[in-house]
Amino acid sequence: MLTKNAAGVAARKRLSMTVNGRAVEIEIDIRESLLDVLRDRLQFTGVKQGCSVGECGACTVLLDGTPVNSCIYLAAWAHGKTVTTIEGIAQDGKLSPVQEAFVEEGAIQCGFCTPGLVLSTTAMVESGHTYTHDEVRRELSGHLCRCTGYQKIVEAAERALRDAESAVDESPV
Amino acid sequence: MDHKVVGKSAQRLDAVAKVTGRAKYTDDFFERGMLVGKVLRSPHAHALVTRIDASKAKALPGVVAVLTPQDLPQIKFATAGHPWSLDPGHRDVEDRLILTDKARFVGDAIAAVVAEDLLTADKALHLIEVEYEVLPHVLTAEDAMKEGAPVLHENRPGNIVSSFGVQFGDVEAEFQAADQVFEGDYETSIVQHCHIESMSAFAFVDTDGRIVVNSSTQIPHIVRRIVAQALGLPWGRVKVIKPFIGGGFGNKQDVVVEPLTAAMSLAAGGRPVRYCMNREEVFIDTRTRHGMKLHLKTAVSNEGVLKGIHVQVLSNTGAYASHGHSIAMSAGGKFRPLYDFRAIKYEPKTVYTNLPVAGAMRGYGTPQIFFALESHLDDIARKLEMDPIELRQKNLIKVGHMDPLTKNVVRSFGIPECIAKGMELIHWDEKKKAHQQQTGPRRRGLGMACFAYASGTHPVALELAGARIVMNQDGSVTLQVGATEIGQGSDTVFAQITAETLGIPVDMVHVVTTQDTDITPFDSGAYASRQTFVTGIAVRKAALEVRQKALEVATRRTGLPPAEMDIRDCMIVEASLGRAVCSLGDVAMDSYYDRILAAPITSDTSANVRINAMSYGVTFVEVEVDMETGKVEVTELWNVHDSGTIINPKLAEGQVHGGVSMSLGAALLEQMLFDPHTGKPLNNNFLDYKLPTILDTPKINAAFVETFDAAGTFGSKSLGECPTISPAPAVRNAVLDATGVAFHKIPLYPQVVFEKFREVGLLAERSVEHV
Repeated sequence: MLTKNAAGVAARKRLSMTVNGRAVEIEIDIRESLLDVLRDRLQFTGVKQGCSVGECGACTVLLDGTPVNSCIYLAAWAHGKTVTTIEGIAQDGKLSPVQEAFVEEGAIQCGFCTPGLVLSTTAMVESGHTYTHDEVRRELSGHLCRCTGYQKIVEAAERALRDAESAVDESPV
Repeated sequence: MDHKVVGKSAQRLDAVAKVTGRAKYTDDFFERGMLVGKVLRSPHAHALVTRIDASKAKALPGVVAVLTPQDLPQIKFATAGHPWSLDPGHRDVEDRLILTDKARFVGDAIAAVVAEDLLTADKALHLIEVEYEVLPHVLTAEDAMKEGAPVLHENRPGNIVSSFGVQFGDVEAEFQAADQVFEGDYETSIVQHCHIESMSAFAFVDTDGRIVVNSSTQIPHIVRRIVAQALGLPWGRVKVIKPFIGGGFGNKQDVVVEPLTAAMSLAAGGRPVRYCMNREEVFIDTRTRHGMKLHLKTAVSNEGVLKGIHVQVLSNTGAYASHGHSIAMSAGGKFRPLYDFRAIKYEPKTVYTNLPVAGAMRGYGTPQIFFALESHLDDIARKLEMDPIELRQKNLIKVGHMDPLTKNVVRSFGIPECIAKGMELIHWDEKKKAHQQQTGPRRRGLGMACFAYASGTHPVALELAGARIVMNQDGSVTLQVGATEIGQGSDTVFAQITAETLGIPVDMVHVVTTQDTDITPFDSGAYASRQTFVTGIAVRKAALEVRQKALEVATRRTGLPPAEMDIRDCMIVEASLGRAVCSLGDVAMDSYYDRILAAPITSDTSANVRINAMSYGVTFVEVEVDMETGKVEVTELWNVHDSGTIINPKLAEGQVHGGVSMSLGAALLEQMLFDPHTGKPLNNNFLDYKLPTILDTPKINAAFVETFDAAGTFGSKSLGECPTISPAPAVRNAVLDATGVAFHKIPLYPQVVFEKFREVGLLAERSVEHV
């Protein structure tokens, strides 16, 4: 949201970042969170606001590939960085393997926590690391979900990681 | 029965929209020039506003309007999401104003600001000058009923909202004649829904002068009525739109932000205004689950036959009635079609206190009642030296049971099979043997608990559902329902029912997922686990009408009477031969473009469902208790459900997982805390309120015993709320099994478990010395 102080003046800054592969240049109020800028200014509404204080994980985006809570990350800090929101995950209308795993495993109910969880899982998959069951749970533990009891979410994440591993195994060396 | 679509795990219709971030929730819509609303809340638990001066706030640049109680209609309205009752004696309690000059809890809405942006709105709130006359407050139901207690609502001098109970048989005579009489006290804490999407709405006045409210609600048609009532407008002047919703769990079966949001827009000349609560506000000024205190007294024979039961309930409903009067009453009816008591006396008291408002939450009071009852049954079994499963088995009702009060008939009763299956799955007998003679610091125990639930509210309330189907030119259909998809998967289930009936694949059923009260058929919405059962009947009825009409059009092509034809895989077939005669698409084109007989194939119907079906289930759980720290860990859990035919197994499992985790949260972690001196909330955020995280949640196993219930569509019964009922008492009973210590209050978080162990001498001396 474009904010003004009482005098109608705000400390402003020109922000350059890459969002979902496209260069974005935008003037921001330095008090704005990355969540505010992404949602209210750029209309990436797939970035969800659940608590505004970094407790629920719904606003997760990838910042240079690392999941962060965009609600407690100042937009100004994203200068020069690459941001991926849920809108940037499917390519040419085709779901990513992580998205497919969430759909196939039935890991989605109300869907409000889904974008953040898909992004954190994507970061795991793209890290190339292998994760034990307990490590998967720990990696995703910053996301709150009230619908699923997390059961099918863990199954989806493990399926995506498994699929990614076997894709690597099968690729020509 | 052989089904093509029903019973299969069809992919949920909105999965792609949600996994790509394209699903739009209330906060994802932007209107040009949209304003924001913020609320000024009382810092006192009970206080009169003696002076309010908004002039400085109004003068702040960027402020468009300031609302105080005097600026709004003084019409008391009820917020509970129930169908309107033509009988004034059956209406919900009308005790609320949009803004109040008498604060009844910390956080009660006193004034509101509409401004260009949030920072300005926040600043303006601080410029509103309010003087309060602080009144004494009361936080517990017992204190609120005492002589001379502070009175919250002038027309309820004893603070009792409702004490309407039921009885049948002669419970006193049963106590007199019984071999044994057992009594027990049980208590549940106040917890919250914790949907991850906030409570949010935006409103504007459209070009026809009507108020359009977009809201994250489970009950759009009810919101329309209540917004109109609260503002004193004709109901048709209000239009409510419900887009995707990020969880509700009953909190959004209530009208919370919508009347104020509409009032804000009216105060701003009809401009669009958004009012989205922050998380701290959601905790204090939406709804909570009632904390209840229950006293159970039961007459039992030496052989373990339950004769009569007297249940006294004290339900703390907070500052306003919301659903309170209805919840205590409704929950008391759920165990009657499970255990065959000859006499029951059920005495609930729902009491106002100066706490946040308690309302509907998944299970609607039933989790509290079953926590008490199922704990009590284990306590009785122990005293009788009887196996707790045997005690329950001995007292189950039988198929054909008719409730003496509701006259609801049990047509399917899968509990015996659920118990047998659960015992097998968790290896009950083997584990029981293995757990004998434990003395170490970590002890395991087994527990179980049963439940019964209804499908919808018949005969207490109206169960009306609407469905509209239009066949498109390609033979696909568009389905509209007034029932709301809130994440549980109802749209997908309705598509499956339609597809099964019409002989088409699910992807040829286009369900309009947004409800708009101008357009969508009338339906009261998502609550009481009613939609698959009640709305399913309406959807099936509409689909059958469309099928019949399609076959009548086909007759013109084939010469066969409709009764000789069927629709299979999008083809009209001669039923006896299985021979395809034309495509459904041909029929659809005829219906649109035949120069003489064209008449599109549609159905616009509703079902007034005057029947109910009881759903059942049982939780089996194994826990491990750390005797030195008091930590209780669930090591294995099975929830086995009889919900009739399961229309979509994967969605059904999802319901069980979520419901069980909610019950485990209430059993082990969750409670809202308040300063006893001031009534101020102590943990109204996700850091201090212990919502289970992924690391707190064990593996949850769902299993089903599929009965066929003649009352439901394709034999189905309710499921949505069911899994939230029995896990908490099962965990409590497992802790009793592991440690021999009977807990009477949840949650069983380490501190209370530790303290109780110390109290009963279970902790070694060295532990005590270290404290």
